[in-house]
Amino acid sequence: MLEIEIDGKKLTVPQGSTVMDAAHSVGTYIPHFCYHKKLSIAANCRMCLVEVEKAPKPLPACATPVTDGMKVHTHSDMAKKAQAGVMEFLLINHPLDCPICDQGGECQLQDLAVGYGNSSSRYQEEKRSVVGKDMGPLVSAEEMSRCIHCTRCVRFTEEIGGFQEIGMANRSEFSEIMPYLGKTVNSEISGNVIDLCPVGALTSKPFRYSTRAWELSRRKSVSPHDGLGSNLVVQVKSNEVMRVLPLENEAINECWIADRDRFSYEGLNSAERLQKPMIKFDGKWHETDWETALAYVVKGLNGVSADHGKDAIGFLTSPHSTTEELYLAQKLARAFGVNNIDYRLRRSDFSADAAQQGAQWLGSSIAELTAAKSILVVGSTQRKEQPLLASHLRQAVKKGSALNVIHVAGDTLLTAVNAKLIVSPLALVNALAQVLKAVVEIKSAQTAVDLAAVVVGAEAQAIAASLTGAESAAIVLGNVAQHHPAFAQLLKLAQEISALTGARFGLLAEAANSTGAELVGALPHRAAFGAAATAGLNAAAMIAAPRKAYFLLNTEVEFDSYNPQAAVAAMKQAATVIALTAYKGAGLLDYADVLLPIAPFSETAGSFVNMEGKLQSFNGVVRPLGETRPAWKVLRVLGNMLGLTGFEQNSAEEVRAELLAKGSIESAFNNALGDVAINAAVTTGLVRIGEVPLYQADAICRRAQSLQQTADATAPVARAHSSLLARLNVAAGKEGLLRQGSGELKVLVEADDSLPADTVRLATAHPLTVGLGGMFDSIELTQG
Amino acid sequence: MAVFVNGVIFDGIDTSAQDCWKLEAYVARGGYQALRRIIESKMAQEDVIAEVKNSGLRGRGGAGFPTGLKWSFMPRSFPGDKYVVCNTDEGEPGTFKDRDILRFNPHALIEGMIIAGYAMGTKAGYNYIHGEIFEEYELFEAALDEARQAGFLGNNILGSDFSFDLFAHHGYGAYICGEETALLESLEGKKGQPRFKPPFPASFGLYGKPTTINNTESFASVPFIIRDGAAKFLEAGKPNNGGTKLFSVSGHVNRPGNYEIPLGTPFSVLLEMAGGMRDGKKLKAVIPGGSSAPILPGDVMMQCTMDYDSIAKAGSMLGSGAVIVMNEDVCMVKALERLAYFYHEESCGQCTPCREGTGWLYKVIHRIAQGEGRPGDLELLDSVGNNMAGRTICALADAAVFPVRSFTKHFRNEFEYLIEHKKPLVDHKWC
Repeated sequence: MLEIEIDGKKLTVPQGSTVMDAAHSVGTYIPHFCYHKKLSIAANCRMCLVEVEKAPKPLPACATPVTDGMKVHTHSDMAKKAQAGVMEFLLINHPLDCPICDQGGECQLQDLAVGYGNSSSRYQEEKRSVVGKDMGPLVSAEEMSRCIHCTRCVRFTEEIGGFQEIGMANRSEFSEIMPYLGKTVNSEISGNVIDLCPVGALTSKPFRYSTRAWELSRRKSVSPHDGLGSNLVVQVKSNEVMRVLPLENEAINECWIADRDRFSYEGLNSAERLQKPMIKFDGKWHETDWETALAYVVKGLNGVSADHGKDAIGFLTSPHSTTEELYLAQKLARAFGVNNIDYRLRRSDFSADAAQQGAQWLGSSIAELTAAKSILVVGSTQRKEQPLLASHLRQAVKKGSALNVIHVAGDTLLTAVNAKLIVSPLALVNALAQVLKAVVEIKSAQTAVDLAAVVVGAEAQAIAASLTGAESAAIVLGNVAQHHPAFAQLLKLAQEISALTGARFGLLAEAANSTGAELVGALPHRAAFGAAATAGLNAAAMIAAPRKAYFLLNTEVEFDSYNPQAAVAAMKQAATVIALTAYKGAGLLDYADVLLPIAPFSETAGSFVNMEGKLQSFNGVVRPLGETRPAWKVLRVLGNMLGLTGFEQNSAEEVRAELLAKGSIESAFNNALGDVAINAAVTTGLVRIGEVPLYQADAICRRAQSLQQTADATAPVARAHSSLLARLNVAAGKEGLLRQGSGELKVLVEADDSLPADTVRLATAHPLTVGLGGMFDSIELTQG
Repeated sequence: MAVFVNGVIFDGIDTSAQDCWKLEAYVARGGYQALRRIIESKMAQEDVIAEVKNSGLRGRGGAGFPTGLKWSFMPRSFPGDKYVVCNTDEGEPGTFKDRDILRFNPHALIEGMIIAGYAMGTKAGYNYIHGEIFEEYELFEAALDEARQAGFLGNNILGSDFSFDLFAHHGYGAYICGEETALLESLEGKKGQPRFKPPFPASFGLYGKPTTINNTESFASVPFIIRDGAAKFLEAGKPNNGGTKLFSVSGHVNRPGNYEIPLGTPFSVLLEMAGGMRDGKKLKAVIPGGSSAPILPGDVMMQCTMDYDSIAKAGSMLGSGAVIVMNEDVCMVKALERLAYFYHEESCGQCTPCREGTGWLYKVIHRIAQGEGRPGDLELLDSVGNNMAGRTICALADAAVFPVRSFTKHFRNEFEYLIEHKKPLVDHKWC
């Protein structure tokens, strides 16, 4: 520990602290622009100059290491003169038009100029003007004359984003912050540069000039997209969500959020929002009142139940719904006598259900995952599934963790990868089995799994060595693994490896409330907190053996299902499809016959349980739009109208309290599986890699206009290894014909030699590809 | 144009001979004897460094830091990669000495760097060569090839277990890349911008490894020091100012060029060597150490000797040894305008005071030179300069401020006259 005195206050700080750290720890504010606690030290703005006794000139607090006995003055004449001098320099070329600047009112330069600047300028020369830049649809760099060259954005893209997309070109006062020539900023977490920019140079393109910062109310919320559970500040004006910013939570999202968390609010104000209940009759849609619509729903459910039995009804729910909604949905289904309920619409393998011993989760806290010295990620397109978690993993690698990957595509992860095994989906089980076999050999241990036929390759050996050699390790299964037709085997193999290595193992929860859905038992084989339930049909079975009635909670099956072709067909043959939805999507308008407008996360109280099992509750930030109602209320009223008991809750909090009284969250999780047969043999054949595009994951982001203009939202193309294209006699760069089941699609084909042989990578969950079949099923490719 | 006096670096060179740069000629002049002796006698690393320390050699790039002391900072026991780097990014206006070293005596530099590599236990070195000198770069590459073929570079040098290789890197012409940490950034392939120090290059240098950076002339002096002894080198100069030094004399003299003379030689003698003032004009002022050094009036300069201490006492710096001589026809406002323009162009742009201040200084001086000066401009220049100097990561801001301060101090009347009368006191003649 080192002793330091700041403005007469004595304190001790750990070795390696800077003067800035020390000042923060005693609450002394030192003005700064380039310094940011999560970025490297640049020491270039010079605003934090302070006087250090015995130093001949003022020193930058952000970059000056504390030495024992150091005496610092942050308000001495020398310090104040230096700070005022820097402020004057910052302002000479900065436009002094705060009243018309989008950053006005929340500008660090404006704020600090009040404290450190002069009321008039000595600068009488012509001011610099800088031409605006195109950074893409999210980040506006129109007004680069405002830039003060702190380089926070530059350092962010390089250090946190993983790839330097913004740089400072030119020298001297001609220095300009810009993206690569002719390129936009495409990072999936790029919006954070808007928060980092201390001035009005980088602003939010969708938000800018729509309102003034001081007119906004700040409300806390939780991101409804990926399983990380990023904390949000939702800013609201006149009952409309105007902007979303990160709410700092060091254990989850630190001070960042992904672009999906930030910009998908545009979907909340979409013209496609359903504002009144609608019923289809005479082949046409008619707006109606709630009473009529609810009566229609009750009549439909009772009718199908009377004619075909309760088993003819299926409940398909969404892991983007709140815990309270999912809890009430499963309660309603079961109370009504329907056991067919599931939230896992994109899963294809349910063989783990019988072996499941608890709710599935990450298997550790997020902090424990990123602190693991060896991490194996199985089947995850990390950056496009969990954009911010992928950044956390990159930081983990920087701190010395070894990142290992088993996946179906060799996408760049923008970080050093210790070992990676890229195989066809048909060989994914074999790949993980190789690692298990190598671990067994290294540990001279035993396993019940038959690995006789498995041949361990060099990469699997390296992964096994990494897992066994590290003092802490973690194995996590991403979306591709969870959607994979052999998910149960993958999870079981992870469990076996875990048993031998001590590694934690679990799932990277796909959606904001996948873990919550597990917990509340929106599942055909488990009720809330694992309570016994009469077995019903899982999501795939409800599609494979079509039901007479479907009850859809917050889902568009053509985008949310493993096999959209089959799912839509099942909907179309049903006698009634009841949809509780925030949007009148084209699919729903086609196959549903009643639409009940329910509130998205921003218009209802509720909670999400993130991947690490943390329940985070939130309140609605705006009133429900039009006649929209929170889904928990709709479900409650339906319960009443169906004559069921236990539907007397008066608030989302009451629903949550009822749920939480049933068990403890901490003890509800268990990823261990009972017996699951492992078949590590590699089958051959041409198979699809059908991932969900970043901005097609859920109903809200699908309707966020700006996100839909990003590079990540470009129309899907079919990619395949050039050797496969040659063998199939399909030309790259031209349209090819893809066929799955009865579905056909003509789409641009491109060669991608980072893909395993015998795979065709073509995104699912996109309007272009909804006619096709299963995400990881066989596919045909011809020139057509 | 080059005129040499026999000294350490140009010892015995006939610069008019076309092949004087070649290995054969260098060896004939006694080249590579120092390296041979070190290797054959298995001279201890500390002894090499001690010899350089004893010679009183001070860094020839401008700062004048003792070279031997710098070498001793290098963690010799550090197990990983370490580097020696030569700074031939000679961008200081007025300086052209390193260019002539590459042109006439590249092997002295190569030998000096090999010895440095030996003394500091490094396996690789780089020479960062100024972007604007193309022929010298190519010639240096040719000299490297000669040295490799002769076994002075590469694995197991002269049959010993010491291996060292040296690479040339051609810069892109930014002045700031002459700042050692900006040079390292540029060498790593990044934008040339100075790094915040600490950490210093001796602990965190090229690619984050311990690195020692010296000027071309410093390295090229080392073979002489080892071969002929520290004492002889020291004797050539004066105490605390060991050796001979190259001076690049430019401006209104009859014979501009490089002069290698013992440190401590009177300026008047150097001026005479350079043929005296052109056309018999009066000496008005001298910038004794490159454009960043404060200007001194001619009469002050005539009392100085050319060494670090004497020039410092007179209020300037010996710097890189670029002696810019100005005659009575120079308008000091015009001269300063030109210098201010240079720093305005060459600031790397990362630190606020330098990025904004160099532009401000230039614009005000330019305005004065145009006859649009205002009362209070000189006080403004002084105040802006004070807010720049010592407030930035590297010394470029200081370098930009020194000329402004010294010009407006020694020749204030010319500035005041121009501001008041809207026309210059001295009708500037360009040549």
